[in-house]
Amino acid sequence: MSALTLTLKYAPDQRVDMSPLVCHLLKDSALADIAALTLQSGKRKLRVDELFTIDGFDTQNIVIKNSVDKLDFIGKELDGGSISVVGDAGAYLGFGLKAGEIKVSGNAGLYAACEMKKGYLEISGNAGDFLGAALPGNKMGMKGGTILVKGNVGERAGDHMRRGNILIEGNAGDYCGSRMTAGTIAVMGQTGRYLGYAMRRGTLLLWNQPQLLASFNDCGAHTLAFLPILFASFKPLNSRFADASLAFNRVRRYAGDMSEMGRGEVLIRLS
Amino acid sequence: MIINGVTIDATFAEAFPMKATRAIITAQNEKWAMISAQAMTGFAASVIACGCEGGIERVLDPSETPDGRPGVSIMIFAMGGKGLAKQLETRAGQCVLTSPTSALFAGIDGGIRIPLGKNLRYFGDGFQIAKVISGKRYWRIPVMDGEFLAEATTGQVDAIGGGNFLVLAKSQPQALAACEAAIEEMRKIPNVIMPFPGGVVRSGSKVGSKYKTLNASTNDAFCPTLKGATKTDLSPEIESVMEIVIDGLTKEDIAKAMRVGIQAVCDLGADNGITRISAGNYGGKLGPFHFHLQEIMA
Repeated sequence: MSALTLTLKYAPDQRVDMSPLVCHLLKDSALADIAALTLQSGKRKLRVDELFTIDGFDTQNIVIKNSVDKLDFIGKELDGGSISVVGDAGAYLGFGLKAGEIKVSGNAGLYAACEMKKGYLEISGNAGDFLGAALPGNKMGMKGGTILVKGNVGERAGDHMRRGNILIEGNAGDYCGSRMTAGTIAVMGQTGRYLGYAMRRGTLLLWNQPQLLASFNDCGAHTLAFLPILFASFKPLNSRFADASLAFNRVRRYAGDMSEMGRGEVLIRLS
Repeated sequence: MIINGVTIDATFAEAFPMKATRAIITAQNEKWAMISAQAMTGFAASVIACGCEGGIERVLDPSETPDGRPGVSIMIFAMGGKGLAKQLETRAGQCVLTSPTSALFAGIDGGIRIPLGKNLRYFGDGFQIAKVISGKRYWRIPVMDGEFLAEATTGQVDAIGGGNFLVLAKSQPQALAACEAAIEEMRKIPNVIMPFPGGVVRSGSKVGSKYKTLNASTNDAFCPTLKGATKTDLSPEIESVMEIVIDGLTKEDIAKAMRVGIQAVCDLGADNGITRISAGNYGGKLGPFHFHLQEIMA
């Protein structure tokens, strides 16, 4: 079956809420019904066929072509199926993602994978601030699943993260892993200031020496048995994380944030 | 039926349902994985007094273990799920958690999940760390040699215990040599363990005793020193009988292990003093699984 392909006809002036266009909501929908759905854009409501040309009919495999960074809430609460975005995605990409996978060939905006529950999100470009974080005021960010970002990520990646993996091939901005409750964030590139600020539990796995807060205490060099298992789980990914030559099990461990409960850790690769 | 001069009795081994689980112990090297595995499956010969039956299934290549280190696969069998879980946890806590460089993983993915490292984590006194990797939960428990890594749960499945055969020989050394040959071949069969020391038991039992407090006692019909004192099952030339008990995940696994074991004994044959192969049963009243020797060797 050919994927349901939505090709953007023009770049919209206002931001567009794409949340109705997810696999589980479109299941068994006729093309005419999909074309007649309306999307909020600023104060207007636009029909889907006003914004997109529609091809294909497999609603469990959606492709959004010519995508731009004004398309928000792509894959909101997706509960199975796959969405492939050719181009950039706006804010709240994969918001509350429950199952299935979303792949973006370009960049993603603010709050990608915000409060994600499960599933897989892959961003080939860069991601904005608050990747996998909680909405402002909420206490629980990402609760499961895996996020892979091949580029760089903004500030506050994994803020209030609870479970799951965030894998960043590039650099991470300031406050990476801030207020983490648990989970794993792996960064191959450089990290910014205030790494792990107020983290309670969880693991920040780094390939490069970060600038550490004074509230992270050195626990020494160790060979950790769980790291080979963690790296083995990355093997199916289309990523540098799957490259066995970049894996390691010898690390320097820092415990923190001691200004919080201090059960978190920063693990830095030792060669 | 006679194979290489060895008579295969027209009888059957009687086995009964059990609950089983498997765990994988890894360590820095095979030596320490084996030490831990031997400790964990020690004093696990019979459910009569040990609470469970356990044994080493096989040595695992590093490529077969979750953490890429040398490992040993062990299996534990018990009469019920509760008892199995208790034995597994106690043994893991005392014999694997304590053993240098060890790690502990589930050996069965399906089945009913029973705790492996799930409760051992409390040894970490709050410093333990959970990691969910590919849907499996692992506990990292800080210990004095580094970290003890244990998978949270393993699988409990229905299994069969009590498969057996008896080796009847003209002398004790010949009976033991035949059993050693059998065990060597049987250890190559997956999904089975031979729980007694070295896989061989010299004190086969019958149900009941003249003493009210005992529910099992020596199998006098197969004791060579009682040939003239009891209703014996032995002919005059038999001087020693040894038994091999097999627990396995399925009837087919046990039958396969019995077949290769009996074959190895028969390969030594009458020339090496082996006269008969028999089996222990309770008249078919105790267990629903009957392994007829002649059918197995047909």
